[in-house]
Amino acid sequence: MAEIRVQHLRKAFGDFVAVQDSNFVVEDGEFFVMLGPSGCGKTTTLRMIAGLELPTGGQILLGGDDVTMLRARERDIAFVFQLFALYPHMNVRKNIGFPLLAQGMPSAEIRNRVEETAKLLRIDHLLNKSVSGLAGGDRQRVALGRAIVRRPKCFLMDEPLGTLDTEFRDLMVHELRELHNRIHATTVYVTHDQMEAMSMADKIAVMNHGVIEQFGTPREIYDRPATMFVADFIGSPPMNFLGFGGGLSKGAMEIVVQGAKVAVPEVREDLAPADMALGIRPEHIRFDDASKLRGAIYGTEYLGTTQIVAVETADGIIKARVPAEIRLNTGDHVGLTLNSARLSLFDKGSGRAVRTAIHDTASERRVQHG
Amino acid sequence: MSLTTAHSVVAPSAGSKRIAGAIIIAYALISIVPLLWIFATSFKTPPDSIAYPPKIVFQPSIEGYCNLFTTRTRQTPEYINSLGPATGFCDETVRKRNMVIAGPSNFLPRFINSLVIAFGSTFCAVFLGTLSAYGFSRFKVPLADDLLFFILSTRFMPPIAVAIPIYLMYRELGLSDTALGMILLYTAVNVSLAVWLLKGFIDEIPREYEEAAMIDGYTRLQAFWRTVLPQATTGIAATAIFCLIFAWNEYAFAALLTSGTAQTAPPFIPTIIGEGGQDWPAVAAGTTIFLVPILVFTILLRKQLLRGITFGAVRK
Repeated sequence: MAEIRVQHLRKAFGDFVAVQDSNFVVEDGEFFVMLGPSGCGKTTTLRMIAGLELPTGGQILLGGDDVTMLRARERDIAFVFQLFALYPHMNVRKNIGFPLLAQGMPSAEIRNRVEETAKLLRIDHLLNKSVSGLAGGDRQRVALGRAIVRRPKCFLMDEPLGTLDTEFRDLMVHELRELHNRIHATTVYVTHDQMEAMSMADKIAVMNHGVIEQFGTPREIYDRPATMFVADFIGSPPMNFLGFGGGLSKGAMEIVVQGAKVAVPEVREDLAPADMALGIRPEHIRFDDASKLRGAIYGTEYLGTTQIVAVETADGIIKARVPAEIRLNTGDHVGLTLNSARLSLFDKGSGRAVRTAIHDTASERRVQHG
Repeated sequence: MSLTTAHSVVAPSAGSKRIAGAIIIAYALISIVPLLWIFATSFKTPPDSIAYPPKIVFQPSIEGYCNLFTTRTRQTPEYINSLGPATGFCDETVRKRNMVIAGPSNFLPRFINSLVIAFGSTFCAVFLGTLSAYGFSRFKVPLADDLLFFILSTRFMPPIAVAIPIYLMYRELGLSDTALGMILLYTAVNVSLAVWLLKGFIDEIPREYEEAAMIDGYTRLQAFWRTVLPQATTGIAATAIFCLIFAWNEYAFAALLTSGTAQTAPPFIPTIIGEGGQDWPAVAAGTTIFLVPILVFTILLRKQLLRGITFGAVRK
């Protein structure tokens, strides 16, 4: 196992820049997830780490060795593809043993290693079956088996759960994380599904348009989004934004939104007057008739334990997550109170988060953009 | 219609199925009757074969096959009587017509030429076609579209349109009437078809298979050999049949460019008529034997052929 260090990585296809100056470090044994919408450059980054694409610029270090321009087969990594890429003309045993065959390992040893791996993944009863008859989850396990049988430096996974049914997917998320806890393999996992990312990752990089918007733990990314894109992409429903104007100065504790005063975490920097946004997660909004921030109920989604209420305010619709017991009728006027400790402030122009007291405890984990 | 019978919108109704079945049977009969007639003629005696009205029921004879494989000379009955007893069934049949077997005919060597040239050119076309189709499918080939169009454009006119230049070229190069020349020619004609057909098949094989193999420690060539090729067998088989059928049946170039040592069966079979009168049973026998290899090959690969023809019609 080894750490992966990506420095100033860049990839352009003609005029289109798929990845811009990426920098991150995946520590040894870490489960790292690259999350972003399709076309954001996450898969391209992964393929560059794998050696399936060569970077336009930058460096990739694997366990301290520069592998930037090495061929895929010289890197000692394993890759799990979205479509699994199980060879239909081989049975499960041959599929799992295929990477070992390339190393010229004696067949008795291949046999042992394959059986050991199959046991780990609980597919030892399927070894002599053809891969085409397998269920989705079992195919996934065979693909994982082919990856771990070689004991490579790291695992790269490209949306490996993307084609599974929802039911299977939850099971595999659990299994993957459990497997990771057992073998502690450095893993880079690409997905567009925030649930997968949040539930499995030690660290997440959120990417958009070839740029890493934020790099951090799931908690950091959810609680302290570095940009409006991250705030909007993570969370379901996403973070609400309320626009406000005027500058901010260091030490400010209050802002005015739609004529209502809102207490905010203490601001740690000075900002010239500009369009700003206040970000608030749906679960940090409560109904309070005394509040000056008001709106009319637009609709509700009942989810059992909670309900999502859409409230139409002067600045557009805001979604609040409130207990399911509250009875609400469409058109009712309600007041909204925001949990001040959990607010984020953004500069609308750059989308960047304003430094406030919520960042005080956070270790500095900013990613520089070039 | 009862309530339990769901009426499908897409499934054909019983009536249209019956009409379709009748059309297929009629077409099959129209196609098969000439073949059956040739097969029957090959077992007739020469008088039976030209009898009028045509004989449907007749006494089978293998005279046609005897005549096909031998050359004969006409002799006086006295001379024939002076010979010992007939040495075989053919000998006996021939003597009844006051002839003796002078030696083997050219049919067997011509038939072997056909086998060598057709299978040889098919192998070359499929081999080259697979490699170039893989290249076009997987690599960024400069001007790939133009090159592919150029390859296709070689099929825009009937090959025979270039017969005269090829004839002159072959004469200069010493390729006239050689098996090598014919293999080269048929390969050149077929390779365009092979590239286009196989590119379609290889495009459908996800790149992930090779990428997985290359990450797992194989070179590109090994990855191609171990993952792409086994999955392209259907396409390769279908392509091989198309190439083989062309090379096997080709008449015009064979008639023009071969006359002796490298002559194939198609130009040879008609010459039987000139040699020993209108020997239709021998011609029919030659045709029947000529049909066998392609029939066997097609039956062996029929599944692949069917999948090859309908390939790409429905996206999985």
